[in-house]
Amino acid sequence: MARSDAARSGVSAPAPHALHAAALGRALRAAAMAGFIAFALFVPLIGFNTVQNMRNELVLETRFDLLAVLVAIVAGGAFLNTLFLEPWRLRRIEAARLRAPTRTARAGPKIFAPAAIAFVIVYPALILLMDALTGHSSAVKWIDNFGIQILIYVMLGLGLNIVVGLAGLLDLGYVAFYAVGAYSYALLAKTFGFSFFLLLPLAGILAAFWGILLGFPVLRLRGDYLAIVTLAFGEIIRLVLINWIPVTNGYAGISGIPRPTFFGIPFNANDDGFAATFGLEFSPIYRTIYLYYIILALVLLTAFVTTRLRKLPIGRAWEALREDEIACRSLGINTTNTKLTAFAIGALFGGFAGAFFAARQGFVSPESFTFMESATILAVVVLGGMGSQMGVAVAAVLMVACTEILRDLDFLKQVFGTDFDPTQYRMLVFGFAMVAVMIWKPRGFVVTRDPSILLSKLRNTAPEAPRNVGGEPIEEIRK
Amino acid sequence: MEVFVQQLINGLTLGSIYGLIAIGYTMVFGIIGMVNFAHGDVFMVSAFVALIAYLILTTLVGIGSAVVTLIAILVISMVMTSVLSWVIERIAYRPLRGSFRLAPLISAVGMSIFLANFVQVTQGPRNKSIPPIVSGEFVLMGSGSYPVTLSVKQIIIWIVTATLLAAFWFVVTRTPLGRAQRACEQDRKMAALLGIDVDRTVSLTFVIGAALAAVAGTMYLMYYGVVSFSDGFNPGVKAFTAAVLGGIGSLPGAVVGGLLIGLVETFWSAYFTTDYKDVAAFSILAITLIFLPQGLLGRPDVEKV
Repeated sequence: MARSDAARSGVSAPAPHALHAAALGRALRAAAMAGFIAFALFVPLIGFNTVQNMRNELVLETRFDLLAVLVAIVAGGAFLNTLFLEPWRLRRIEAARLRAPTRTARAGPKIFAPAAIAFVIVYPALILLMDALTGHSSAVKWIDNFGIQILIYVMLGLGLNIVVGLAGLLDLGYVAFYAVGAYSYALLAKTFGFSFFLLLPLAGILAAFWGILLGFPVLRLRGDYLAIVTLAFGEIIRLVLINWIPVTNGYAGISGIPRPTFFGIPFNANDDGFAATFGLEFSPIYRTIYLYYIILALVLLTAFVTTRLRKLPIGRAWEALREDEIACRSLGINTTNTKLTAFAIGALFGGFAGAFFAARQGFVSPESFTFMESATILAVVVLGGMGSQMGVAVAAVLMVACTEILRDLDFLKQVFGTDFDPTQYRMLVFGFAMVAVMIWKPRGFVVTRDPSILLSKLRNTAPEAPRNVGGEPIEEIRK
Repeated sequence: MEVFVQQLINGLTLGSIYGLIAIGYTMVFGIIGMVNFAHGDVFMVSAFVALIAYLILTTLVGIGSAVVTLIAILVISMVMTSVLSWVIERIAYRPLRGSFRLAPLISAVGMSIFLANFVQVTQGPRNKSIPPIVSGEFVLMGSGSYPVTLSVKQIIIWIVTATLLAAFWFVVTRTPLGRAQRACEQDRKMAALLGIDVDRTVSLTFVIGAALAAVAGTMYLMYYGVVSFSDGFNPGVKAFTAAVLGGIGSLPGAVVGGLLIGLVETFWSAYFTTDYKDVAAFSILAITLIFLPQGLLGRPDVEKV
């Protein structure tokens, strides 16, 4: 403690200089070590760049300036970490240990959730108002790129959240159900001309059916195996979509998918179109707003259903399963059925999202359903705080909005060069963030969500009691 | 017949590469019960390190001899990849021991995404191809229309794989490190009580796995002459399939599984269609896990509370 205090408050502290110097020396050693390792790791991949020359041969370009900058950043980071962050963290742990473990119920989310819902409902109106005031016409972009795009990810995140966040089953192939939903809608709508609202439940049911079909044999497996099998399943579905050309048209995908209509009235410029029927001037904005409210309704439905399910025995069983599978089985819960339900319901919502995606784009191809897409959805769930619906929503907003905003920032292009594209760095940041969240805040950066029921006194009776999701001891009852 | 023998040769070559990667999975799973999802991407990074080392040695340093180049890039790649794996274990996995069940796996998935995209960002998304390091082949069965050939590259891969597997086998069965490693595998707490440095042993397990993956990466680069940032995913999943098929936790199982997966893949491509060869490999994974969860050579998994 004395050492860290001295390190923190610098010269003004009354602590002996010897300690201060020792802390400084330690930090310097850590920095040198980290810098050396970073140098060793970065030399091949950052120090050299492989590029093709005019004769299509691979040649090396050196980037030693970048290498030096990155090594300096790592070394500096290690220095500051050892000197300031580490002592600060230790002090905080110490303080938390001394403080009585009181946690009051949080009032925040109770106000936040209705406010957020109210905001998303009036969001298109706000955008239109903004347009009217500024005179720009960027409403389609704002509602489509931000609104609809974010809500699709929220929808997918909420669906995966049931599987990963509530039931604790790591599904790395969630995008497969998204793909099943999208292709179901695309094929059925094109072939039979069924309407969107008929096909939406159908696509969901088909996806859920695939969820059950896949889940039935594999859900007896341990968690880690399950993750890899779902990954393999996701890849199989994608490969079938690519190779089953007579049905799916392979890489080229399916285009010209019928768009949803407003109770039979299409959104086009014809005389029987939406605009003409209601005596409005034709504009693509009506369709966009309509789609926005469809996906918003789907998201709210998903959130509502999930909230209710959590309170049912099946929801309790999911959470129990996540915390301790063996205990679950000992208490007579049929773990296979419980897992299967979570899997099927998660797949159902994935299927809804897929059908909506196909209807919105009017085009589907296997490119949209890669492992990276699964990873993105998983990142939304993990960063949001597994099990928390509000967290998933906030994480999706941050993810899509940050990428879109970064793309538009011009000064970044001046700093990093004109070919700087933040979307390239998106997955890099996600990967890093997933590791960071697991290490520092396993319950998520955005929101922490405790199990719906916690047992008290577990900590006193069993010092090494199994930890719950947060890695924190379980310590209170909350109804 | 000719087709069969040719595919046998190709399959064994591919299978050696899978087997080398699979050992990394099976060892890590054996010792800390975790699927090191980033292992496939460690393999990909090792191929890139070998590629860059090759370019440095041939264009900047100007070494002409193929043998010297090959040995040098193999050693460089093994060392670099070992350091990388050590750092990954230190940063991303060690702090998570004792965290909740899915934490290490999610962290590994994050690390895998990070590595693939790191290489994409730093080296670009295009395929990187190099001229063949070694060439030459022998005709084994010379029927004019379909000669069965065995290339020098394939012989090198077999020899290197066999040598390193033998060395690895020696380390695991005959040295104090191997003893410590097997002890940790059986019971980590007990091993710690008997004075084994568990953290160090786990680190070394990751390092050994990564070194073997680097051998696979270098051989992969030499064999195909091309590598891209996304090349970690498929071999990674297939090597994991191999580890599961052979019985996860079993070292000979990983090699046998790797060879089998390599053979299945090449025979499938030769006799059926190349379109679905990955589907075949992935299906084997699911089928094995459902019907033979302990694998061919593994012990049945006993769940302890």
